Amino acid sequence: MTLADLKRGEQGIIKDVSSIHIPLKLLEMGCLPGNAVELVQVAPFADPMYLNINGTHLAIRKETAIHIIIEVVNG
Amino acid sequence: MGKQINVALIGNPNTGKTSVFNALTGLNQKVGNYPGITVEKKEGVCKLPRGVKAHIIDLPGTYSLNASSLDENVVIELLLNKNDKDFPDVAVVVSDVENLKRNLLLFTQIKDLEIPTILVINMSDRMAYKGISLDIDYLERELNTKIALVSTRKNKGISELKELIANYKELSIEPCMNASSIDEAYFSSLRKAFPNQLLYKLWLVITQDVNFGKTDRKTIEDVTNFKTKTKADLKRLQQKETIKRYQFINDTLKKGQTIDLKSAKDLRIKLDRILTHKVWGYLIFGVILLTIFQAIYDWSSVPMDFIDSAFASFSEWTKSVLPEGAFTSLLAEGIIPGLGGIVIFIPQIAFLFLFISILEESGYMSRVVFLMDRIMRRFGLSGKSVVPLISGTACAIPAIMATRNIESWKERLITILVTPFTTCSARLPVYLIIIALVIPEGRFLGLSFQALTLMLLYLIGFGAAVGSAWILSKVLKIRSKTFFVIEMPNYKVPLAKNVALTVLEKTKAFVFGAGKIILAISIVLWFLASYGPGEEFNNAEQIVTEQFASNNLSDEELQQKIASHKLEHSFIGITGRAIEPAIRPLGYDWKIGIAIVSSFAAREVFVGTLATIYSVGSDEEETIKNRMAGEVNPILGGPLFNFASGISLLLFYAFAMQCMSTLAIVKRETNSWKWPLYQLVVMSAFAYIVALAAFQILK
Repeated sequence: MTLADLKRGEQGIIKDVSSIHIPLKLLEMGCLPGNAVELVQVAPFADPMYLNINGTHLAIRKETAIHIIIEVVNG
Repeated sequence: MGKQINVALIGNPNTGKTSVFNALTGLNQKVGNYPGITVEKKEGVCKLPRGVKAHIIDLPGTYSLNASSLDENVVIELLLNKNDKDFPDVAVVVSDVENLKRNLLLFTQIKDLEIPTILVINMSDRMAYKGISLDIDYLERELNTKIALVSTRKNKGISELKELIANYKELSIEPCMNASSIDEAYFSSLRKAFPNQLLYKLWLVITQDVNFGKTDRKTIEDVTNFKTKTKADLKRLQQKETIKRYQFINDTLKKGQTIDLKSAKDLRIKLDRILTHKVWGYLIFGVILLTIFQAIYDWSSVPMDFIDSAFASFSEWTKSVLPEGAFTSLLAEGIIPGLGGIVIFIPQIAFLFLFISILEESGYMSRVVFLMDRIMRRFGLSGKSVVPLISGTACAIPAIMATRNIESWKERLITILVTPFTTCSARLPVYLIIIALVIPEGRFLGLSFQALTLMLLYLIGFGAAVGSAWILSKVLKIRSKTFFVIEMPNYKVPLAKNVALTVLEKTKAFVFGAGKIILAISIVLWFLASYGPGEEFNNAEQIVTEQFASNNLSDEELQQKIASHKLEHSFIGITGRAIEPAIRPLGYDWKIGIAIVSSFAAREVFVGTLATIYSVGSDEEETIKNRMAGEVNPILGGPLFNFASGISLLLFYAFAMQCMSTLAIVKRETNSWKWPLYQLVVMSAFAYIVALAAFQILK
């Protein structure tokens, strides 16, 4: 599943990041395989998504989130 | 005393880097621009122990040395250029104790440049609150650096930091990790080709196309005969490098940092539950905006009235004290009213910047971006466009510069093009004086008509921005990657010192920047209004006296007739009459025409120009407002500033592109004359049509 499928309050582990679609800046902010990710809050229509990745709080759009493969850890 | 130590402050955004800068330099700082670009350059001087002085530069915030914007470019260009006069003797990397892991990425990169580096761990007052403890000795050893634990809020650790800067020669310049292991073969061939160059420096130049000295990417790849890597390969390597760096950081922090989650408290979650809520979030944002506008209107009206009348009496006083002559009248009728037109701005601008800096310092602005992104996208904008659109209510120039963090070029261009529609503070004096003249007093639901009109004008400006953005998003055929990422920083109570310094410095920049133009224009106007060609001007006294010989005018009335006859036939009067046919359908006379023409340089000149024109030849001490109220429409009769012409003027100023500085900034930021010219023509034409329609319907 991808990051876009994560529900509010759920936590996951990033498995893979499609490097063509994801800019370096996001990787540098901690969006790397192996790091934990949690969905903190969503705006209306679940877009953008307010995330906690590896302790960094940031927001990205859904169209970016679909390129990040994750595995849910707990619901 | 030896030479000053050059210090560069570097750090991620939201780490309190500017607070550290303020703590080190206090009021000994100045803000300028890097030559040729509009990136702000903040520098200051700091006294260190034993009489040593440090020259400190506050570099733009960046997440890494891989630059993706003009601001970030400044950082690497300085760090790569040993010959720059600002090249740091010591780099101070500022990090936030709560985001140490991410902040250290930039730190490891700077260590690779072999510059003496101090690590500041800021916001150390939050450690207990967050359950964080650090093994400083271990971290200093692993990271090959000296660490200063600082709390700018509690004013702790600053003297220790100064001590470290003074002793910078003792710092190690060894990198703390080996990044070249991501591709040994590639890096060793690079080392062979350039034995005298720093390896990491070469790598930065290859991956980002920046110039340093004579070496750029092309010369490196031409000289060396190893296989050039494709962009995609380079990006993959950069990704590998990032992972490698994080591995090192994770290993280091595993031993050097412990976080006791049980004792950690989180205010963020509680606040975000409300402030980013689907309903409450928007409601709160709306209430905050309304409060700000009401406050600006209410709080600044008293000081503004005071300034207006103070300048009127000052001008009168000058006339009575100094001997009569051209110089006195230039001073009393040209320069002083012109200056008044600048000073009258100070209250509003200060309040606007006060609110904007509080919103930004507190971390709330990022939440607004988050809330608004989806809505703004519908109009072809980005959530990040909200920041320029809000700060555009102060001034379009910093607002357009604030678009730099919008990743998508199309969204950024649209934001730049529509931002000048938002009601900037230069429009305020025009609005306020016309509203006071033509909108009746009275209240509706407890709000005064005049305040409501002003609010409506803000809404019109915002509506025009959003509406034209929507049209542009349909018309412009630009393919650009849409990408959006924004950090959601911790909530912080804004530091009074930071807010005060921002307000002071922005107000100063505005007053002196705009002030020069206004002052120059008001002097030119005074000359043009005080002199004229030909008989009609030079023999005005005789002509008027003969003309009204049979009317039995009092001396005073006669003097007024002469003065206005002179003005009409002065250089400015002739120019004004020439353009009058174009503006008469809008309900304006030639004096307003002059004010509009001169305010093409800057809107705020409008009031100053009218003040200058109306005070030339007049003896009485009067405020600008009273003079304007007394003007009579020469054709239709009745007051010149009535409801119809007033509304027409308000709408004209709402839409017209009248600011040379904005056009210059747009040219710089878009790197072409095409967009500013487009803005100028479209906005001004639209303003003319709307103003024309309004007057013809209302008259």
